[in-house]
Parts: sequence; structure tokens; C-alpha cells
Amino acid sequence: MKKKLVIIGNGMAPGRMLEHLFEANSDAYDVTIFNAEPRVNYNRLMLSPVLSGEKSYEDIITHDDDWYAAHNVTLHKGCKISEINRAAKTVTAENGVTAPYDKLVIATGSSPFVIPVPGHDLDGVMVYRDLDDVDKMLEVSKSGGRAVVIGGGLLGLEAAAGLKEQGMDVTVLHLMPTLMERQLDQAAGFLLEKSILDRGIDVLTGANTKQIIGKDNKVHAVELEDGTIIDAKIVVMAVGIRPSIDLAKTANLDCGRGILVNDNMLTSDPDIYALGECVEHRGQCYGLVAPLYDMAKALAADLLESSAPYTGSQTATKLKVSGIDLYSAGDFEDAPDREEIVLRDGNAGIYKRLVIKENKILGAVLYGETADGPWFFDMLKKGTDITEMRDTLIFGQAYQGGSPLDPTEAVAALPDDAEICGCNGICKSTIVTTITDKGLTSLDDVRAHTKASASCGTCTNLVENLLQLTAGDAYNPTAITPVCGCTDLGHSDVRNAIRAKQLKSIPEIMQVLEWTTSCGCAKCRPALNYYLIAEWPGEYVDDGQSRYINERVHANIQKNGTYSVVPRMWGGLTTADELRAIADAADKYNIPTIKVTGGQRIDLLGVQKEDLPDVWADLGKAGFVSGHAYAKGLRTVKTCVGSDWCRFGTQDSTGLGVRLERFLWGSWAPAKVKLAVSGCPRNCAEATCKDVGIICVDSGFEIHFAGAAGLDIIGTEVLGLVKSEDDVLEHVTAIIQMYREQGHYLERIYKWARRVGHDTIRDTIMDNTHEREALFARFVYSQKFSQSDPWSERVSGKDKHEFKPLKTFELEAAE
Amino acid sequence: MKPETMNWMEVGRISDIPVLGSRCIKMGGTTIALFRTVEDEIYAIEDKCPHKQGPLSQGIVHDNCVTCPLHNWVISLKTGEAQGADEGKTLTFPTRVDGGIVSISLVAKREVAA
Repeated sequence: MKKKLVIIGNGMAPGRMLEHLFEANSDAYDVTIFNAEPRVNYNRLMLSPVLSGEKSYEDIITHDDDWYAAHNVTLHKGCKISEINRAAKTVTAENGVTAPYDKLVIATGSSPFVIPVPGHDLDGVMVYRDLDDVDKMLEVSKSGGRAVVIGGGLLGLEAAAGLKEQGMDVTVLHLMPTLMERQLDQAAGFLLEKSILDRGIDVLTGANTKQIIGKDNKVHAVELEDGTIIDAKIVVMAVGIRPSIDLAKTANLDCGRGILVNDNMLTSDPDIYALGECVEHRGQCYGLVAPLYDMAKALAADLLESSAPYTGSQTATKLKVSGIDLYSAGDFEDAPDREEIVLRDGNAGIYKRLVIKENKILGAVLYGETADGPWFFDMLKKGTDITEMRDTLIFGQAYQGGSPLDPTEAVAALPDDAEICGCNGICKSTIVTTITDKGLTSLDDVRAHTKASASCGTCTNLVENLLQLTAGDAYNPTAITPVCGCTDLGHSDVRNAIRAKQLKSIPEIMQVLEWTTSCGCAKCRPALNYYLIAEWPGEYVDDGQSRYINERVHANIQKNGTYSVVPRMWGGLTTADELRAIADAADKYNIPTIKVTGGQRIDLLGVQKEDLPDVWADLGKAGFVSGHAYAKGLRTVKTCVGSDWCRFGTQDSTGLGVRLERFLWGSWAPAKVKLAVSGCPRNCAEATCKDVGIICVDSGFEIHFAGAAGLDIIGTEVLGLVKSEDDVLEHVTAIIQMYREQGHYLERIYKWARRVGHDTIRDTIMDNTHEREALFARFVYSQKFSQSDPWSERVSGKDKHEFKPLKTFELEAAE
Repeated sequence: MKPETMNWMEVGRISDIPVLGSRCIKMGGTTIALFRTVEDEIYAIEDKCPHKQGPLSQGIVHDNCVTCPLHNWVISLKTGEAQGADEGKTLTFPTRVDGGIVSISLVAKREVAA
């Protein structure tokens, strides 16, 4: 007669154990399962996709009824065991069913921890553990409202994301300063928080729940220790789990935090095993699935009297919230005897950290790009010595091969049809052929000709390696175009150094960065001056002598040494009084030429330098301010008449243009910035060849960027569609600030965009609310110091020496 | 020609000229640009680039040179000669600073050398 195997619990661990058992010997045992839940075995890991609506219960079933039938397993659904009689070797369920066993497996799992704060027993306080919990949440979420999730760990965040997907407002409360602090280090925790915030989920860290406030015995709000009150329709507790050991304890089995087991998963009773989240093995309790599977294997082996002892697990975690790639494994605490390798790509949102001890991986945290997680984890588990591949380890498996390990060789080894640029679907042979045929020698060339690496930029390394491989010596990857002959450093190097080393003056930069000339040149000084203005607003004092003459005297020098004066006409609007003032000034100062510009304003050409302050004074009386027609900064915002007059106009494009111009004027930028706002897609303001353009449509405002209509003619890329004028202002300001912070001096927006990637910019401005708001705030701050009219300042006497000769001799005196 | 015969003319105080900057002296139709370097040396050259007559006084001063604002020619303040690959020369004039007062001599150096 077959031996009787009884299993209490029907979770993932016993399910896996039975698979191993049946695979090895399907006839060894007569199996009976008691499941407190009224259903078959399902994949508990997939509860989150069920909650978020990506999957249904049917999708996540591991073993259906047929499977149990096929293996002659008796499954008691919704049947909770209340007693184990070790002497009689029977178990008895609450409904009276009794079953005898030869071997018993306790797999009662764990129960969620409910914080015993006042109000924890109110209707609407839930846990997140099984399908019943999910069903409850789905039911509640139908009518919207706010859910408060207590616990910013794996489960809590998945619950929060799911509830958000179902249309609820969600606040996550987390006691610790960073999310998922058990699995993530602080940097990754911070990235995670940003991603969670970007999904519109509120996160409060360091939040200690004081009580749950009820109304009519239902959840109404959550109060924190600091007095904050958050409205809540439901409260989901996801602070942790506790092994369910009551049954084992009642049966007098040895228990610690969990049911104590040996390496063969045997409890203190030689006929009783325990398995899964309810056990404590070598002092460890586990809440992740991988160790449970390892235990299942060991237990199945022991049941069949072979031995595959379980020796404990390293655990790896992957957050199952779609759109967030996060992987962590092992141990990553800082300790003096540990080293770390870190890779950060801020723009791409990638963070990778490996903790190394004695040339072995102890821990790994991957954020943004997690494909190599299992590979690192595998080496972590095996204790692989990484000395040989240390230099390229962090780049992942694709970069490893036979020794010596060289990224270029790894690329060389790729087949011709290997896709290099996923965004644009460009394979290796296309790139190689283009490099050869066109004789390309730079990354920019390859981007221009093949589009590879021109979108998100994540394949840039691969493309560079291909260039090296194909173009050989003609391609010098370290060839950064230096700022000028005074240094070998490129613009990005200098900007980064200004930031990192807190350099605050031109002489300081030249000293610290080892300029080879005493005071720079006409190329580097204006660049450095701009970088300092952009980096330290309100702190750095503009150096006039490092300004190109036009910006120093706020007018445009002409070929004969005279200047042109262009007053601002907001959005291209002017008045009869303004035109009269222009006409009067032209007469008074003998201004020979008056011209309408392409930016919808009026240029007074041929003004003597000495007359500039007087001309400005007269224009100023009519309300004119400088049009910054000379500036590396905002020039014009070109508009059409929009809905005020045009029968096709969908929005007030003129008004929006004026608003943008009034908000953005005065700011310095790496190069000139021209905007336009068109009131409908007919695009009379020609917004699609501007640095930033707006096309008004019925449903809102389409923001464009990175156009050009000068040396190069390039149509804009779409940044995105926004709903309101306020949104336009915030998005446009943010992209201009991003450009101000990253642009190389004299690099127009379209070139900057090509360099950093249109997608990177789009993702930052459109999808990363946090970053967009931060950019906006930095711009607003810097505007405090740049929005004063330079003309009126000079009318009042500033830089007087610029406009007056030191001495004038009559002709006779010279002789 | 001896210094005392050089017809020195006081034109202003050195403090009137910004460091790494320039001021002009007008003499009828001619403009002379005075430059002050980072080491407080004073140079006087005709305010006319040998290339397209750009006003050198409006350029950016670095080391002992000025970069013309029109087409970026770099002119030596000492010799008036175009630097690098460009060829051309601007008139230079002797200067002296005495007690903070700048004087120039209208005898162009080129003529002195001749």
C-alpha cells in the first residue's frame, strides 16, 4: 500500500514540491491536500498583475483541477486544519474531516502583519496576501477615492501601483527614509521613489502611523504621528509577514520565529516536514519565492529517501510594477572590507551597483536595466571569482567572453544581424557598411547616417565599439573637441567640473583646470562666463570683458562699427505710440535704416555707439525695453493672431506668445533661443522650425522642439501635447532650463538635442514630473537675477565708459 | 628720436580703462584704441582691423592680443600684426603711464622703426 502524504496548505511551495515528487516517482505517495483557501494552487507572485488588471485569476493558476485529478491528489478546498494529532498521526479539519498520514508537510505560509494602531480593526483596513484580498480591493476601487498603503516595501508598492491602475488615488506611507530599504540601497531607493511619484502615487517616507480614524465604523482617514491627516477610503497594510506557526505550536513542534527545520526540511518530529514561509531554517525566514523552491526540492528528495539538503538561499528580488525595472540580490550593506562598482546614467535613469568582497559578488542592485540581474545573481550564488572580468563586469554578460575581456571584441563577436539600436531597429551590418561606405569617423556621423544611437542613446557604447572596430585609427573615441586652444577639455568636462568642484570664477576655472594661457581667449572666456552665470545665479558676477561686444553693450555691431537697436515687441504686437516713438528716435538720431525683422519687430540700423544710451532713453519713455536681439538667450516669440481674429484660430496664440516672452526674457542661454506660437496647424507663425514651437490645436497645445532654419534646416520634433497654457509655460520653461544646464556654448537647441537624444529630453520633460518641476523652479530662481532691462540700466549710467571716448581731440590738436 | 621729442599727449587715467578692456581716443576721423591688459600694460593701436576695418576696441582682450568683433582676427597689441594664418598690420603707437596718467605719442611706431 502507498504511503500517505498529507499537506497542510496549498501555496506555491508545496505545489512545486509535488512537481518534483511526481516527476521523480509519481507512485510513491497517496497525496491529500488541505487548502484553507477555496481554490487550487495559483501563482501568488502574480497577484499584483491581477490587481492592476493586467491578468485574471485564470491566467495565474499553476495547477488546475485536472492536474490534481491526473495525479490522484485529493484536494480539500476551503478546508482549514485545526489539529494535528502526532500520536495518532492524523490531522483534523475545522469541518470535521480527518485524514491519517505517514508523512505530513506543514506549509501554512505566513500571515500579513497588521500594525496594532487604534482603528486597525475598522471596516476598510485590508491586507494584501491572497486572491480574496485582491477581490476586495478591486471591488472598492470601482468607486474611486483614496487608498492609503502602509508599507513601502515590495508588496506595498505593488499594491499601490495596482490600486492606482484601478483608478484610485494612492498614498504610500513608509516608516523608513527610503523605499524598499531592505532590498535597495539609498540611491536606488531614491530612483524608485521618483518613478513611483511619476506614476501619480504620493509617497510619504519617515511616516509613522498614529491611528486610523473611522466614521460609522468605516475607514475615514489616517493620522500620522506628526499630525498629518490623510483621507482614506481603504487602508492596505503591507508592512511585512509573519510565519503562520500556530498549528505547529499547538502540536508542540519546535518553533522559533518560524517552524524549526533541518536541512532536509524535517521538523522536530521525524514524520513531519515544514516548508515555505512558515519555516525557520538556520535562523532565516524567507518571504520570497526562490528559497521556497529550493526547499521544495530538498523536501521532495527526502520524501523519496534520497538527499539534496537545503543549505539556505541568497535572495533576489524583482519589483513587479510594470514600467519600473528593479532588481536586487544579496547583501549590499557598506562595510570596510567591501568594495563596490557603480554605474550611473542619470539621463537614462540607470543605476547599477555591485558589492564585491574578496573578488566575489556579495550583492547587486540594478535599476532601469535589469537584464543582467540573473547573471550577477548566478555568480553571487556560485561565489564566482570575478578578478578576470572586473573591468567590464558592471556592463553585464554581453561584454564578457573568453579572456582577455574587451568590450570591442564582444561587439566583434556579435553576428551581423544583431540589433544594435533597438529604438530604430538598426543591426550591426547596417552600421558597419555605412561606416565603411561613407568613411564615417565620429559618433555624430553614424547617428546622422544610420540613426543608430540617436534616440535613447543606450546603445551608444556599442556603436562606439563598432566605430572603433570598423574605422580603426580614424576614430578616436577619446577625441573630445576641446573648448578652444587654451585647454584639452571639452565643454561637458568644463561644465561638469564647474559643478563638481564648485568653481565660481573664470580665473578659478583656468587655475583648477590648468588652462594653458594666462587669461583665456575670445572663444573660451564667453563660454566660461555663461557657464558660471547658468550655474551660480545670483552669486556669480557677470564679467563684461568676457562678453562678446553685442552682449556687453546690448546692441548689435554692424560692419562699419555702428550698432543696431531692436526694442522688444512682445509677441510681435506693437502700438501707434510705440511706432511714433521709433519714428521720432530715427529722426532725432539720424538713423539711416529701419527694417522689419524676421522675428516680428523693428530694427533701427546704423546707430552711433555714443548715441545708444540716448536712443534707449527715448525708446524707454515709450515703454520699450531691450529686445535682446544680440543675446545668446531668448530672442523672439513669433505669433499669429490666433483665436482673437483668425477664423481658424483654436487658441489665443498671441496671448500665449506674449505670456511666454514675458516669462522667459532676459535669461542667458548657450545660444540664441527663438520661439513661435501658431494658433492652428496651418502654422502661420512657422513654429516647426524654431528652437521651441507651439502649435495650438482644439484639444490643447502641441509643443515642438529642436527645429532649425539657419545653417541647417530641420523640422521640429514633437515634445508632447499639453492641456493648458500653464502647462505650456511649465514644459517650455523646463526644456529651456534643461538646455541652459546641458548645452555647450554656441550649441543651438537642435544640436544639443541631437547630442543628448530627443527621447531623453522628451522623457525628462513629459514623463518625469519631478524633474520638470525642479527644472522649472531653477529657471524661475535664476530669472530673479536676469530680468532687469539692460537698456534702462545703461540710461541710468551703468558702463558709461563703454559709450564715451576717453578723449576727443580736435583735428588741429592732433597735428 | 628721443623720448622727449615724441610729442606725448595725456589722454586720461589708467583707472578709466577697464582691465582686459579698451577705451577710444578720437582724433578727427581717426580713432585710436587704448587697451589695458591683465598685467596693467597699456597699448595704443589704431581702432581698425587690417582685415575689414573692424573696430578692434570692441573686441575681447586676452594676453597681449585682441580678437576683432567682426571676423575674429586676432591682432597683437604689441606689434599690430595679425596672428596665426592671417596677414595684416595695424598702426601702433607708443604709450607710457606716469603716476596713473596715460599718455600716447602720435608718432606711429612703424614710422619710428622706418
